[in-house]
Amino acid sequence: MNTLTINNLRELEAEAIHIIREVAASFEKPVMLYSIGKDSSVMVRLAEKAFYPGKVPFPLMHIDSKWKFREMVEFRDRYAAENGWDLIVEYNKEGFESGIGPYTHGSKVHTDVMKTQALLKALDKHRFDAAFGGARRDEEKSRAKERIFSFRDRFHQWDPKNQRPELWDIYNARVHKGESIRVFPLSNWTELDIWQYIRLENIPIVPLYFAKERPIVEVEGNLIMVDDERMPAAMAAKASMRRVRFRTLGCYPLTGAIDSEADTIEKIVEEMMTVTKSERTTRVIDFDQEGSMEQKKREGYF
Amino acid sequence: MIQNNDIQAFLDQDQKKDLLRLLTAGSVDDGKSTLIGRLLFDSKKIYEDQLSALERDSKRIGHAGEKIDYALLLDGLKAEREQGITIDVAYRYFSTSKRKFIIADTPGHEQYTRNMVTGASTANLAIILIDARKGVITQTRRHTFLVSLLGIKHIVLAVNKMDLVDYSETVFNSICEDYKNFVTRLSIPDIYFIPLSALNGDNVVDDSAYMKWYHGKNLLQYLEDVHVGSDRNFEDLRFPVQHVLRPTLNFRGFSGKVASGIIRKGDEVMVLPSRKTSKVSSVIGSDGLCDYAFPPQGVTITLEDEIDISRGDMLVRPDNQPRMERQFEAMLVWMDETKMDPFTQFFIKQTTHTTRARIDRISYRVDVNTLENSSCEALSLNEIGRVVITTNKALFFDPYHKNHSTGAFVLIDPITHNTCAAGMIIDKLNASDLPSRIFDPETKRLIDGGKSLISGEELQQRYHQQGVTLWITGLHGSGKNLLAYNLERQLFERGATVVLLDGSTVRSGLGRELDHSPADRAEQLRRVAHVCKILNDQGILVICSFISPRENIRTQIAQIIGPDKFHLIYMDAELDYCRKNKPELYEKVEQGLLQYLPGVDEPYEIPAHAPLVFKPTALNENLQHIMNYLQEKQIFPLG
Repeated sequence: MNTLTINNLRELEAEAIHIIREVAASFEKPVMLYSIGKDSSVMVRLAEKAFYPGKVPFPLMHIDSKWKFREMVEFRDRYAAENGWDLIVEYNKEGFESGIGPYTHGSKVHTDVMKTQALLKALDKHRFDAAFGGARRDEEKSRAKERIFSFRDRFHQWDPKNQRPELWDIYNARVHKGESIRVFPLSNWTELDIWQYIRLENIPIVPLYFAKERPIVEVEGNLIMVDDERMPAAMAAKASMRRVRFRTLGCYPLTGAIDSEADTIEKIVEEMMTVTKSERTTRVIDFDQEGSMEQKKREGYF
Repeated sequence: MIQNNDIQAFLDQDQKKDLLRLLTAGSVDDGKSTLIGRLLFDSKKIYEDQLSALERDSKRIGHAGEKIDYALLLDGLKAEREQGITIDVAYRYFSTSKRKFIIADTPGHEQYTRNMVTGASTANLAIILIDARKGVITQTRRHTFLVSLLGIKHIVLAVNKMDLVDYSETVFNSICEDYKNFVTRLSIPDIYFIPLSALNGDNVVDDSAYMKWYHGKNLLQYLEDVHVGSDRNFEDLRFPVQHVLRPTLNFRGFSGKVASGIIRKGDEVMVLPSRKTSKVSSVIGSDGLCDYAFPPQGVTITLEDEIDISRGDMLVRPDNQPRMERQFEAMLVWMDETKMDPFTQFFIKQTTHTTRARIDRISYRVDVNTLENSSCEALSLNEIGRVVITTNKALFFDPYHKNHSTGAFVLIDPITHNTCAAGMIIDKLNASDLPSRIFDPETKRLIDGGKSLISGEELQQRYHQQGVTLWITGLHGSGKNLLAYNLERQLFERGATVVLLDGSTVRSGLGRELDHSPADRAEQLRRVAHVCKILNDQGILVICSFISPRENIRTQIAQIIGPDKFHLIYMDAELDYCRKNKPELYEKVEQGLLQYLPGVDEPYEIPAHAPLVFKPTALNENLQHIMNYLQEKQIFPLG
């Protein structure tokens, strides 16, 4: 027999699978929030493993802000169909019809209406009592103290001062009607762990993560890709082809690319080890105000 | 291309690293956040933009003067940043070429025992920080006690701020001596002492130029090298079933995390609580079929036989079983703002099993500062006590010190659903400690209110008898019931007013939720004794037929009923006789299908002072003896 140790990646995997199974066994109506990003892709693969050879006993839900990269939407639909997932897509109908968007209303209003409010409405509509998210504690300071099972009141609010103690691997899954738990199975993963796992498991990810020539406009230091005709014409006119890739994916006008030659996972990791910028800097929304991620999380954002 | 191979090699190497989870304890003043900041910074994992944001913040609200305030990297939440303290558990990640690390950073404040216990519950190692100028202080003792309570096996005592004591070896040695003297009272197998200065980086990641007298490892070296693999329990197989997988009619898998031990294909396993056995037909790991699995792997198990198994059940080896009890002793850390209400029926969650629990007794409260014990009615936030707990259904557990995974539990408030306490099981209760409930004098005063309008003399005149209890004890199959039923018949025929109680009458209702474990048996008999007392007080003769195997429990029964009204009859029969007389239960216990049969796997204590001792073979003689005895003692018939 080999030595009885497992490497860090398998340990994180085991922890995540344990968490996912615990939710499936403890809640009436769980859902897995799917952002189409690399972390979501890892989470989805872990769920598939957790119930192998059975089918995952909960659906995937994507909150479509209507401003996602087109490649993301294509990837989403194909992945769900090929892997037998029950996929729910929700968006904020009122927001969409009144024309909310980042160019017209700014990133703050857009994120609030089309992401946070859209999510809260969808959770209420389906009466989900547990929602998985792919957030990691090393992404951002306020996430470092979030629980793995993170309690939300009837209004989906997070109270960082009044979190339930969480000990060992014993998770408290008790909620009253209307309350819910956000569950973060990737809490203890780092960005490098995510890439390592994608490499180890051959997990498909959106091609936007890999470097390619793309039409790019530079906006206040951010490299924004022209993904459709909704970008203001004056802005789009300044576009030029640049070899870039994305470190995180969100709404295309709010997600900056980086100049990069990395077109394989190995090259991405290499780039990550040498380029020293943490990943959320390419997310425009975090810089709205001091402590802004914490504020958004209190209000119900993931 | 060459570079690409390098990165492949790096990734392959990185994948193989193991993971060390550690806890840091100490207060802001000890420079704890600075120490962690430096570990992260110096191991090159702080990204450039986080650093530039830090420089901006340091100028505005920093507490470190001109230098970079490493602590600001860690104190996440906005409100706390303004107070300059960390108030919750924050998790940090870094890695070196040898290992990956997760740091649980917990505050050292008096009121935050809760957070430290939380952080410690998942840690393999604790760094306890001491300010070299202050030495071992109350807080150090508190942190060390909590670390030992949570069963962490490795401690690094980091003596910080050595720069402020001129890097003095004498100061360091005397702190180490103090600490050693204190720590002998606790059980911590591995302690390592390091003198350092977090602010200047001495002995954190690099050896200090100012402390040449120190020949040990620096902090990072130690963290990279310390061996924690053997802390896991690979001996006792415990597989708590987390989720039952039933994708098709012919596949039934049991998913869960191996809590301890090794589960192999082909192994014989027993399912608790049904005690049915089968063989493992396959082990499905995260990568498909495998031959075996061990902690902390999560797998799906299939068995050769179709057995009804649900979440909360446990697979074990037939020759290595955990405790299966409803009553146990534990150390409890109270974590709720609301004080413990001992009359609450809490939810208890242990492994994947949830049931209800009540706190029967608080043996004592521990003062975390002095380690002294004191008596206590109810625990408040951040208090720790030794308690007795009774659960509605039996738990499958091991003492926490032997097995963290099966010895740990949390209590959940039934109304708020808060996690209100964390517990570590010491062991099942000793039989001598069994019958006990928190005693509330106010309740007793209210209950004692009523008094009958009929006097004892009137009852005696009516029934021509004294209300007493004839209590028959003896092994299963010793002829207790035969005697009891015939005695009831004879007394009835002679005009007595008599009630008979035996196992079957009581177990069908009065004690329906209780099983045959020693704890439940004690509770069963306690209830019976109270029924006897009520009947006796109303002038009724009672015949009881119960194995009642323990002397201390029979004594307690006598006290409840009243020693003058309690008349013990012992059926003196050999075990062989009993086994032949009523073989069914004995066979089941021998096959392992049942537990707790006195004389077999539980002791039967022969009564020292039974006034009547009978052999089972002479029924009529025995009956005659009892009738004579009742007459002699002026019990029945009365003159």
